[in-house]
Amino acid sequence: MAEHLLEIHGLHVEYVTDEEEIIHAVNGLDLTLDKGQNLGLVGETGAGKTTLALSILHLLPKKVGRITQGQIHLDGVDITNATEEDMRLLRGSTVSMIFQDPMTSLNPVLPVGEQITEVIALHRKDLTKSEVEDRLDDLLKMVGIPPERKHDYPHQFSGGMKQRIVIAIALACEPKLLLADEPTTALDVTIQAQVLELMRELKEQIDTAMVLITHDLGVVAENCDHVAIMYAGEIIEMGTVTDIFEQDRHHPYTVGLFGAIPDMTKEERRLHPIGGLMADPANLPKGCKFAPRCPQCTERCEREPPVIYTRSGHSIRCHLFDERGEPADG
Amino acid sequence: MLRFIGKRLLMMVPVILGISFIIFAIMVLTPGNPAQMKLGENATPEAIAQLEEEMGLNDNFFVRYFRYIGNALRGDFGKSYRTDLPVFDELMSRFPNTLTLAFFGIGLAVVIGVPIGILSAVKQYSIIDTVSLGLALIMTSIPAFWLGLMLMLVFSLKLDLLPAVSDGTWKSFILPSITLAIGTMATLIRMTRSTMLEVIREDYIRTARAKGASEKTIIFRHALRNALLPVVTTIGINFGLQLGGAVICESVFSIQGLGTLMITSVRQKDIPMVMASVLFVALTISVVNLLIDILYTYIDPRVKSQYVKTAR
Repeated sequence: MAEHLLEIHGLHVEYVTDEEEIIHAVNGLDLTLDKGQNLGLVGETGAGKTTLALSILHLLPKKVGRITQGQIHLDGVDITNATEEDMRLLRGSTVSMIFQDPMTSLNPVLPVGEQITEVIALHRKDLTKSEVEDRLDDLLKMVGIPPERKHDYPHQFSGGMKQRIVIAIALACEPKLLLADEPTTALDVTIQAQVLELMRELKEQIDTAMVLITHDLGVVAENCDHVAIMYAGEIIEMGTVTDIFEQDRHHPYTVGLFGAIPDMTKEERRLHPIGGLMADPANLPKGCKFAPRCPQCTERCEREPPVIYTRSGHSIRCHLFDERGEPADG
Repeated sequence: MLRFIGKRLLMMVPVILGISFIIFAIMVLTPGNPAQMKLGENATPEAIAQLEEEMGLNDNFFVRYFRYIGNALRGDFGKSYRTDLPVFDELMSRFPNTLTLAFFGIGLAVVIGVPIGILSAVKQYSIIDTVSLGLALIMTSIPAFWLGLMLMLVFSLKLDLLPAVSDGTWKSFILPSITLAIGTMATLIRMTRSTMLEVIREDYIRTARAKGASEKTIIFRHALRNALLPVVTTIGINFGLQLGGAVICESVFSIQGLGTLMITSVRQKDIPMVMASVLFVALTISVVNLLIDILYTYIDPRVKSQYVKTAR
């Protein structure tokens, strides 16, 4: 088997709430990512996308969130039970993360330059002080911020510039894997385009694999080569961008997602949302988790959870594809 | 920044004037005759009337107020009605005691309270956390006079380690400082804990973790400075309070401080003494507040940019 950069098998993540309720955020998730690949991770709020990213970094909220089952392999190493010390060496160097809200993800009392050099100094102990400073200037130039502004504080920058700084922090040590958690959701559309363009350029320069978490299918189409659709803590459909955007074999949820995008060429009077609400993660359906909202739901869907059916790399977790697809090893 | 400080210093003038007017009005308009107090209960009405005239008590209220302000501006705060000694000298002989007490009281509270608060937040829900919260609860509940007496009982009478009453040596300040520190310490533990807990949940702390920073770096470099602002405010307020209000502590340990001076002077209708001590405390508190605000700008760059903007 070829070495994958990131391999996740049967991952289960739970949160325990104050009322002792158990929230099943990620439920038996499998995912592989190769070097340099760009995966778009799509799903509605609460599908477990961010939880997945935080699990990879071991940054789930302490005492509240925990990995109960499954394995995570990063760059050939099993990090499922890695110690905090080991994870610290990986974070920021092998795998780094861009968070959703640039307004709050920078420390307000430290100059931005210091916040970038911090990560370089942590992982590149071989560099001298002046080399670190040079690297800082290069990084700022790379993300389009004048290096002389390195002594300024976060509140002196706009939202788009702050996200550029966050990107500089994430890419400072040229990580092999970048987890971008809705990096443009908090920004307005023109700035979104700039930031995504910048990320694309930089990614190519340093050859990083990326998991791009987003709600926006348009962003996925432009920036990713693979797509995974998440629902209630499971990946329910995964394939290449062509598989998802151009073929007509889809999980009913994916069909619903695409149906919800208004068609600009037709005059539409109403939007077409997917009916019903996201499954309650504290009380998940016994069979297929999408069954209560699925227009094509059968009796079998309510009874037993579907496995993954794969045809030429395009996998779908749905009973509808039982006869037509070949059963995978799930 | 200098303009900001200058502005703040100028703003103190109306504040101090306002306080002086209110205190003067209260002292003059409430019942009680200073001349009567001075001469005692057996004085003849003629003697009292004569003294009233000498002391200028028969003049119009405003005349008296502006005469007082005029003299004060020239550095003459008058003589005490009670002792006939210059008010300012008495004040200056007592102020160092109060300042020392407040300084060590607050210092002790900060040095012990803030680290316990941090530890408590970092180890939330642990035994350390429970114990320190319980400790804080006990400390707020203990009345200062009781604690003072108990400390005296144990360390002075039983163990004979420290003096029970103030004799001006540093040793005699230990027990009063502890007595004074306990309340503030409790407040600081709770305050530091709660702001730290808030800050630890911030996104930028997660960013720091995602960089691979160590727990120590996260707490001291990223979290503490952000949590410090409300803590510094509390320290400032309590410092001000203790300058003027350490009466109980001063009485228990027989310390010649400002608090007891003010209480005695009010009771005796010693208007010059009350005026001078209140104004002096007010001035000190204003200066402390200004220092705290200046300190803010060093802790949080956002505060600084606000000041710089308004100064333009």
